[in-house]
Amino acid sequence: MQRTARIILAIIFAGLVVSPLFIKRYEARNNVAKTKLDLQTAVARHGFYLQEVSHAAGVNFDHQAPTLDPRLNHIMPQVASMGASVSIVDFDRDGWPDIYVTNSKEGSKNALYHNLHDGTFKDVAEEMGVADVNRPGFGVSMGAVWGDYDNDGYEDLLLVKWGKPELFHNDAGHGFTRVTDQVGLPPWINANTALWFDYDGDGLLDFFIGGYYSEDVDLWHLASTKMMPDSFEYAKNGGRKYLFHNLGNGKFEEVSAQVGINSRRWALASAAADLRGTGHPDLFVANDYGVSELYFNDGKRFHEVGEQTGVGFAPKSGMNASFGDILNQGRYAVYVSNISEEGVLIQGNNLWVPKESSAGDKLQFENLARDFGVEIGGWSFGAQFGDLNNDGTLDLYLTNGYVSLDHDKSYWYDFSKIAGGHSAIINDAKNWPAMEGRSLSGYQTKHVWLNDGSGKFVDVAQAVGVTDTYDGRSVAMADLWNRGVLDVLVANERGPLLIYKNTVTPENQWIEFELEGTASNRSAIGAEVTLFWNGQHQVQEVSGGAGFAAQNQRRLHFGLGKYPQVDKAVIRWPSGKIQTIDKPVPDQLHSIKEPA
Amino acid sequence: MTQPSAVSRAASPNQQASWKRFFSPENRYLAPAFITCILLAGHLSFGILESYKKTGLAIIASLITELVLGRIFTGRWPNIASAYITGISVGILVRSPAFWPYVICSVISIMSKYVLRFKGRHIWNPSNFGISVLLFLAPETVATLSIQWGNYLLPMIVIWCLGAVIVWRVRRFHITATYVTCFIAFAFLRSYITGSPWQSEIAPLTGPMYQLFIFFMITDPKTTVRTKFWQCLVVALVALVEMILRLEQLVYAPFYALFLVGPTALLIEMWFDSRKSVPVRATT
Repeated sequence: MQRTARIILAIIFAGLVVSPLFIKRYEARNNVAKTKLDLQTAVARHGFYLQEVSHAAGVNFDHQAPTLDPRLNHIMPQVASMGASVSIVDFDRDGWPDIYVTNSKEGSKNALYHNLHDGTFKDVAEEMGVADVNRPGFGVSMGAVWGDYDNDGYEDLLLVKWGKPELFHNDAGHGFTRVTDQVGLPPWINANTALWFDYDGDGLLDFFIGGYYSEDVDLWHLASTKMMPDSFEYAKNGGRKYLFHNLGNGKFEEVSAQVGINSRRWALASAAADLRGTGHPDLFVANDYGVSELYFNDGKRFHEVGEQTGVGFAPKSGMNASFGDILNQGRYAVYVSNISEEGVLIQGNNLWVPKESSAGDKLQFENLARDFGVEIGGWSFGAQFGDLNNDGTLDLYLTNGYVSLDHDKSYWYDFSKIAGGHSAIINDAKNWPAMEGRSLSGYQTKHVWLNDGSGKFVDVAQAVGVTDTYDGRSVAMADLWNRGVLDVLVANERGPLLIYKNTVTPENQWIEFELEGTASNRSAIGAEVTLFWNGQHQVQEVSGGAGFAAQNQRRLHFGLGKYPQVDKAVIRWPSGKIQTIDKPVPDQLHSIKEPA
Repeated sequence: MTQPSAVSRAASPNQQASWKRFFSPENRYLAPAFITCILLAGHLSFGILESYKKTGLAIIASLITELVLGRIFTGRWPNIASAYITGISVGILVRSPAFWPYVICSVISIMSKYVLRFKGRHIWNPSNFGISVLLFLAPETVATLSIQWGNYLLPMIVIWCLGAVIVWRVRRFHITATYVTCFIAFAFLRSYITGSPWQSEIAPLTGPMYQLFIFFMITDPKTTVRTKFWQCLVVALVALVEMILRLEQLVYAPFYALFLVGPTALLIEMWFDSRKSVPVRATT
């Protein structure tokens, strides 16, 4: 009897020991479409295909990284590893989206690609005065966001750097004037994230900047090599946060401490949306080396509720924050990217979905990234939600890859060794082993997750033409050629700006809304459109910056699927006004001005 | 002012006795109490756990497996102290966004005690076996705790001191001390060989993963050899193999080193025992 039991036990034991192999196989089969397809087949099977067209579109932009203090030479590739960013703006109000891209080598130029309406772009940054912004001694670009701070109808440019942040006023689309000094921006911030929002609802756009390295660190002239994070997951020696309140006379007042934003975590991404239906945008900050922070905004003060809501409990390496109503429920989920490296570190990305029973001040989120199939994305960076195949549900594009150097040599072992060390060790750059040309999560394949609408995403990147393996940083989506589809732009570190032109099955219809505020800020940032069609509804909000160092087009794009019956679009303006548009016609862009 | 002191002095012998009893080698609940303290202190201060659910799952899976298998194969309800340590070690050390690794790891850890036996002894430390298997077969889903619990020196010193006192009381301090000494010596040797800063080679030892490893895994009475000398030699060999694996850049070198060296040492000891016992029997 005992003998039989032992044999049975041994069989069960052997089965359990090898079970991870079967689980791996099962999960891979269900979540990934690995086969590369041609355009026709991909459109027939998945409803869309992304074709990389940057050169054909006249865009030949290569990001260059900075060269920092020589004492960082041994780990330079991983320290100087950010700065590629892309943001979408129609800077001259001609109705066609333009592209702004940052560069990060000392003396390098940023580019402003003007849309020529014929499928091509022309770099006009130099003549517009927003190219030469990386001069030695003033730091280098890390990201840019656009917002019309003086409500003159033209989007102004906020540039964040590891260095002096800059604000450029848009002179009616004919050029830009540097207004940094008038505005009163600090002399130096090492920031990777910023966003525009009207946090107090006064009709004037304010802006947030999240520091990464401490602002007293000049990365080109280090006072000390003790400038690295003091922990891999609990660091609190990063840069401070700034909230600039728009005073309406071309000046801003820094009010972060007054309104309750006090953090020295290492911010890498931020996004704002009204998560509780209060009419005030809440602020989400994804931090590297620590927990995310969520600030509820009551219109006057911010209250940090990360732990209370569940998003700020487990520390990871947050590098992205983007909102999307992924289940067409009229509520936003938040996607935060982290690090996953097979065999070393499996943080998993977070998809924070609001719990059904929670709302308002009691709002809580649960991480459903694994259940939804969007958890493992390598060393993940920028991500954006958007309906790529116009089927009526938001899909997710994620780029990744940290440092691609030697194909066959990995720095991960040394990285993991130092990452686990005490603060006295990890904090000092001189204790970090030399990279010596080794890669760190390099040459990674990207993820394009197609949403089936019922809580499952399938990775179709390879099938729909996304086959690049650059070190991706920033992702933005825009209908670049006014065709009713979302194209995808990806800024790569030490790599090219990629433009993925989207071909979508014509069976699926769409609708777009271009909003302009009157009582609200003119950019309409924070305005929310809820579209009701075919018995479902989806909410989207005009964003002043989201993802990683990125900004999508301000225009809101909804896919509708086949034969849509659109009931209405309800617009909630930042001023609080509610506007309903009955039966808006599909396959059209609707330009809507806030009613008086 | 003196009264409390006098009272306390008067109560001292009793207190000392209960204190001693608690920290005695016979107290099977000493190690579980210590590891629970580490868990609670780490989590309440720094939120070290991925979630309560996952750690709870690991502990429950471990306890249930132990109770069921113990009942089936020994005919009585087993003491669950060691299964609790296994479950809590898995719950702390395994890092995975998924739930299943916590269950599978705990279950195969406990099962290994009943399946992988030689001459009536299990030869792998249960959690070392389970974690090593999972790290090897499911690297895309599973990693181990590899970061600090906060950055404060004081809690780390407290854990080290308390851990040292406990392993000393249970007469295992020499194992921990030998391993730590060898690790540090080999860290300097690695630094010399690879050219990496010595601080980066020492760094892993300052993390909580090693606190669990040196206080709970390598000192496991059931899977260590008998005599003090051989215990020290075996653990020095663990450190040596770990160094070799580290030179090959294996991130989980300590787990794999113990996985390889521990059972080998036990088998050799058993082989020696059997050789010794043959002539004894022949003469009697």
